[in-house]
Amino acid sequence: MSEFEPKIVAFVCNWCTYAGADLTGTSRIKYATNVRIVRFPCTGRIDYMLLTKAFASGADGIIVSGCHPNDCHYTSGNFHARRRWMVFKKLCDFMGIDTRRIVFSWVSAAEGVKWADIVNTTVEEVRKLGPYESYHKLSTQDILA
Amino acid sequence: MARIGVFICHCGENISATVDCPKVSEVAAKFPGVAFSTDYKYMCSDPGQSLVVNAIKEHKLTGIVVSACSPRMHEPTFRRACAEGGLNPYQCEMANIREHCSWVHEKGDKTDQKAIDIVRMMVEKVKRNNALLPIKVPVTKTALVIGGGVAGIQAALDIANAGHKVIMVERDPSIGGHMSQLSETFPTLDCSQCILTPRMVEVAQNPNIKLYTYAEIESVEGFVGNFNVKIRKKAKSVDETLCNGCGMCTTKCPNKKNPNEFELGMGNRPAIYVPFPQAVPNIPVIDKTQCTYYKNGKCKICEKVCQPKAIRFDQEDEIIEVAVGAIALCTGFDIKKTDFFPEYGYGKYKDIIDGLQFERLASASGPTSGEIRRPSDGQVPKKIVFVACAGSRDPAKGIEYCSKICCMYTAKHAILYKHKVHDGQAYIFYMDIRAAGKNYDEFTRRAIEEDQAQYIRGRVSRIYERDGKLIVVGADTLMNAQTVEIEADMVVLATAGVANKGAEELAQKLHVSYDQHKFFSEAHPKLKPVETNTAGIYLAGACQSPKDIPESVAAASGVAGKIACLFANSELTREPLIAMVDRQAPPMYSSCTGCFLCQPVCPYNAIEREEVKDRNGNLVRELAFINPGLCQGCGTCVAVCKSKSIDIEGYTNLQMYAEVDALLNS
Repeated sequence: MSEFEPKIVAFVCNWCTYAGADLTGTSRIKYATNVRIVRFPCTGRIDYMLLTKAFASGADGIIVSGCHPNDCHYTSGNFHARRRWMVFKKLCDFMGIDTRRIVFSWVSAAEGVKWADIVNTTVEEVRKLGPYESYHKLSTQDILA
Repeated sequence: MARIGVFICHCGENISATVDCPKVSEVAAKFPGVAFSTDYKYMCSDPGQSLVVNAIKEHKLTGIVVSACSPRMHEPTFRRACAEGGLNPYQCEMANIREHCSWVHEKGDKTDQKAIDIVRMMVEKVKRNNALLPIKVPVTKTALVIGGGVAGIQAALDIANAGHKVIMVERDPSIGGHMSQLSETFPTLDCSQCILTPRMVEVAQNPNIKLYTYAEIESVEGFVGNFNVKIRKKAKSVDETLCNGCGMCTTKCPNKKNPNEFELGMGNRPAIYVPFPQAVPNIPVIDKTQCTYYKNGKCKICEKVCQPKAIRFDQEDEIIEVAVGAIALCTGFDIKKTDFFPEYGYGKYKDIIDGLQFERLASASGPTSGEIRRPSDGQVPKKIVFVACAGSRDPAKGIEYCSKICCMYTAKHAILYKHKVHDGQAYIFYMDIRAAGKNYDEFTRRAIEEDQAQYIRGRVSRIYERDGKLIVVGADTLMNAQTVEIEADMVVLATAGVANKGAEELAQKLHVSYDQHKFFSEAHPKLKPVETNTAGIYLAGACQSPKDIPESVAAASGVAGKIACLFANSELTREPLIAMVDRQAPPMYSSCTGCFLCQPVCPYNAIEREEVKDRNGNLVRELAFINPGLCQGCGTCVAVCKSKSIDIEGYTNLQMYAEVDALLNS
C-alpha cells in the first residue's frame, strides 16, 4: 500500500501569507504537494465553521495563517482571528476534534522559507496522525440510506 | 446556467516544465459548467489576451478562470481583458498554478493533480461571482489641516496653491509651531523666523485658507471625501473682527508676571497676550486662568484702553462645523522636560535647561535678546556642557528610538555658543554623531574644527551642584571608559522628542492608529509614508516620529500632492470588494438580528445603526449598515456575524464554502 498522502487545506490572508507563499514560489523553494491554498482578504474574515466544513469534506489537516501581530493590513483582523482561534481550539477539544490537525501560524510576505517549513512539518505531523476518516465518514455518510 | 472559460497558461516553461498544461486543460473542460478550456504559451501577452477576449464572445462565457501566475501579479490585466470581452470585470478569477504549484513542486502526477484541484476550486468560485460596479463616492474639495507648524503651513499653502480650499486649525493662539521658537536652523544657520514668518503671513493672506487659531478638533465623522468635522474655537475674549492688533491691552495689563510659554518659562507675559511679536494672527488672547477680572471680578483695564472696543469678557467657546474631503495631520511633537531626569537633578537646577530653552536664549527676540546668559543669575557661562541623547536611545527610560534632530541641533548650539561667547568652551557628550543629511556631516565637522567644540563619546551619569558649579560626571568611552568630570556653568540637555500632548485623544477621534510612543502610524513604512490606515487622512511632520524641518516640509508637500490627487476627480472610485448587510423586503427587512457584535470588531468604524421605521415613523428595528465609503473589505464582521447576514463581495460565504468543497470532493 502506498504511503498515506494527507490532504491539507490552508486558509491564508491575502496580504501576508498568500504573498509569502508567492515568495516561496519566486524563490523556487520546494515543498510538499499536499497543501491547497484558499485565499481570504484577512484572517479576520475566516469563519471557523469553514474549518469543520473542511474536515467534513475530507481534509486531514488545516493551516490557518496570516500577518504577524501588529502587521495586519487592516490593523486588527489577525487579533480577532487569534482570539477566536483560542476559543475555537478549546471547543474543538471539547467536541472531540483533534486540534493537532489544525496549525495556526503567522507568515509574513517576506517569509517564503517559513511557509515551506510550515507546510512540510504540517504534512509530516498529519501523516503521522493518519487519515481523518472517522470524522469524515460520520459527517458525510448518508446514514439513513 | 454558468458558461465558464478556463485558460491555462504555460508561462513559457515556467508552468509547463512541471505541470502538464494540456492535460489540465483537458480535465478542466469536463468540469460542470465549463464551456471552453484551452492552454496557451503566454496568456498575458497580446495574442493571449485576445484569445481570452475572443473566447468570451465566441462561446458566450459568463465567467473566466485564468490559470497562470499569482492574482497579485496579473489579476488587473485579466479583469481588463474580461471587460473587453464584454463581461463584468469581476467575473474573472485567477488560479495560481505558478507560484503555488509549478515553482514549488517537482514534475509528476501529484503536481498535475494539485494544478487541477486549484483550477476546479476557482471554477466553482467564479460560478458564484457577482457582477460588481466600482463604488463612486463624491468628494468635498476642501482640506482640513490640523496643526499650524511648518508642516501644516507647507501643506496648507501647497493645497491652497493647487486651487483648493483649506481650513487650518491651530491649538495655540498663533501658528508657527516649534520652528518659530528656534533661533537659527541647521545646517545653514539661517534665521528661523526670517524663513518662517513670511510663510505664516502667506497663510493668513491666502484667500483659499481659512485659519482658526486657539481652536481644537471636537469630533470627526464620515469617510474619505466626506468628513464632517466639529471645531471648538476657544474663547479668546477678544472680537477678532474688531481687534486691530495695536497692543494697547497687552502693554496696559497690570497682571504681567505670568510664565511665558513661548519662552518656555524663561520670561513673563501679561494675562492678555500675543505669544510672540510676529504672531499670526496678531490678535491677543486673555488667559482666563490668570486674568484678574476672571479671577476676582475686577480690573477690565484692557477693555478701557481698547480703542476698537474689541474685548469680550462674555465670549464663549464656539463650535464650528465644516465639511472636508481630506485631513492632513500636522500636529508636531514635544520634548521631554528636564524634570524627567532624576540623575540630572529632576529639573531643580535652574542652569540645566533643555534644547528648546537654549534656542530661546540664542534667539535675538528671546528673553536675553540673543545673549547666552544662564537663567539663575544672568551670568555668561564660560564652560557649557551639551548632553546629547538625553532620554533618547535609552530603553531604561522607555524611549528606544533616536530623536534624530538632537545631534544636529547640539552641533548648532555649540557653534552659536562659540559665536556669541568667544572665550567660552563647549563640551558635548554624545553616543554617536548621527549627521546623515545634505551638508549635515560637514556641519558637525565645522562645530568640531572651526568652533572647537569638545566632543566626548560617552554618557553622562550624574549632574550635581558644588560651589555654584554644575559638576557633570560622565564616561569617555574612547579613553578606556575613564570617568570625566567637568565643572560647568550651564548644561543643555538635548532631551528626547516625544509625541505631542493630546496626540492619543486626537488619534482616537480620527480613528488613526498610533504606536506605543503615541506617534501616529503611517499606512506603510516605506510605500505609504504619508498616508494613514484611514483613507483620506494623511500625516506630515513630527507627529509621525521626530523629524527635522526639511523632512517635515517634504512630507507636507507629499501630503499636499496626495490630497491634490484625491481632489483631481469629483468622484472617488473604489474597489467594490466590501462587506454588506442583508436587506430584504418588509416585513423581514433583513436577517440581521441587530446584535451589533460586528460593530466593535470593525477597524474602520464603518458599521452604523440604521433605524427601520414604518410609514407612521415608528421604530421597527435597528439593523447594522456598513458604510461603503469607510469599509476597506477585511471581512472581520462577516466572520463574527451569528445570523450570517453580512457577506463580503469577492469572498462571499457561498464562494468560500464552494472553494473548500471543490478542493476536497475531487
